[in-house]
Amino acid sequence: MSVIDIENLSFSYDRDIILRNINLHVEELDFLAIIGPNGGGKSTLLKLILGINKSKNGNIKVFGKTPAKNLSLIGYVPQNTNVNTDFPIKVIEVVLMGHVGAKNPLFGYGKDEIACAMGALSQVGMQEFSQSKIGSLSGGQRQRVMIARALCAHPKILILDEPTSSIDIKGQKEIYELLKLLNKSITIIVVSHDISVILEYANKAAHINKTLSYHDISDKKKTFHTHNEGEHFCEIELLQMLGSECNTCENDEATKRILWRETK
Amino acid sequence: MIEALQFEFIQHALIAGILVSFAAGIIGSLIVVNRMVFLAGGMAHASYGGIGMAVYFGFPIFLGASLFAMGAATLIAFLTLHKRHRMDTFIGLIWAVGMAIGVIFIDLTPGYNVDLMSYLFGSILAVSTEDLYFMATLLTIILFVITFWYRDILAVSYDSEYAKLRGVNVRFFYTLILILSALTVVIAIKVVGLILVIAMLTIPVYIAEKLSSSLLSMMLISGVIATLFTLTGLWFSYSYNLTSGASIILVSAISLGLFLLLHKTKGQI
Repeated sequence: MSVIDIENLSFSYDRDIILRNINLHVEELDFLAIIGPNGGGKSTLLKLILGINKSKNGNIKVFGKTPAKNLSLIGYVPQNTNVNTDFPIKVIEVVLMGHVGAKNPLFGYGKDEIACAMGALSQVGMQEFSQSKIGSLSGGQRQRVMIARALCAHPKILILDEPTSSIDIKGQKEIYELLKLLNKSITIIVVSHDISVILEYANKAAHINKTLSYHDISDKKKTFHTHNEGEHFCEIELLQMLGSECNTCENDEATKRILWRETK
Repeated sequence: MIEALQFEFIQHALIAGILVSFAAGIIGSLIVVNRMVFLAGGMAHASYGGIGMAVYFGFPIFLGASLFAMGAATLIAFLTLHKRHRMDTFIGLIWAVGMAIGVIFIDLTPGYNVDLMSYLFGSILAVSTEDLYFMATLLTIILFVITFWYRDILAVSYDSEYAKLRGVNVRFFYTLILILSALTVVIAIKVVGLILVIAMLTIPVYIAEKLSSSLLSMMLISGVIATLFTLTGLWFSYSYNLTSGASIILVSAISLGLFLLLHKTKGQI
């Protein structure tokens, strides 16, 4: 069953075309990696899926409806979770924000909401930090809290924008292992620069640079699975994996250069 | 000091100090976490335009200043929601234009020589009963808003992008925070004056931020700290015949210095 259908989508700011003729179908329980250069339109595509930006050209359907109507089915983890760390707020309150807008009991939070938020925290292994101040956590821990916040509303799809950009290597691996676990019941879409890591976990990859080229890499991963569990793909493997299909890419050489640069 | 309490103007000053301190603690917390400190400063100065107009047209000063500051707040909200990156320019603009309007209107008022200093540096010893009612009403409104919309205000302040995604009306709450800030600034003018109001909105909050783990406790602690500073400042002002607004601010600043020193040495141990 496909959960997100994007057909002939184009988007432009003023006269700059950001996205041109995008077609993408995300199946249930996919782990889709969206990669591509900065300014290539990755974040714009996410904003379109989340209904923050609206396009006049083309169609986006989330479970068959417009994004705005099915927002509660999408959990979103924004980029830059390291901003505002001085803010006096407890971990549990951040997670409870996942409920905001649903229903509003007079002052404070309902018991069921707190239970739900604690459940989301234990899903990401952070329940013991529920009363800590958000600023006292490490980058990786804070990212887990943001994932818990997204899980709080029981989404069917989890979308993460650069989830590991400011986290150390160990923390990154933990985040991806967590996503792998969540992927058993939730469709996951990750925008990322860490190509070598993300492709280890993803089964589909979409490269966006104004246009989109799509790769099903689930078979290819098996072919290249010569290394030990948990190791990253090296650059050569990546290029072979994606490069062989890049005849669909508009500019093959440019893509390879980007891949090279980003995997360094 | 005790015998001073029998004077009505001293009683009024104390009550006004407490009311304004709590309003400043609560709203100051919102201003600080939303990084709106200079915005509040701009509104404080702009509200002088309202004071000038109130004097010229002959309606109550508080009313004029409140309406004008609310207008400025709405204008700032509109401008910053559309052009957030130019916020500093608009703040500077509203800051100066508001004051200029005030000065011109006072000039135009025939035979009225208003004491500009009392608005710039406060006149807590001249608080009337009506002023107290106005302050109490505003504090009630603030408490009401915080009680009913705490979650939404927290969400908008902490992560407005995410709040918007979850269906919170970010524009509404942003404007609401600004309007409440404008009104708080207006009542604080009476206590410390429009130039010093910024310190009253930030110093207690800065200390409270270090001591609290949630926005709610930050608001309450700020309110208590602000009250302490105001009452101590008033006592100095009364005992040594000093300007009350400036005394309150200096008491706050010295306390902040001591607090930071203590905080630092404690951290090193």
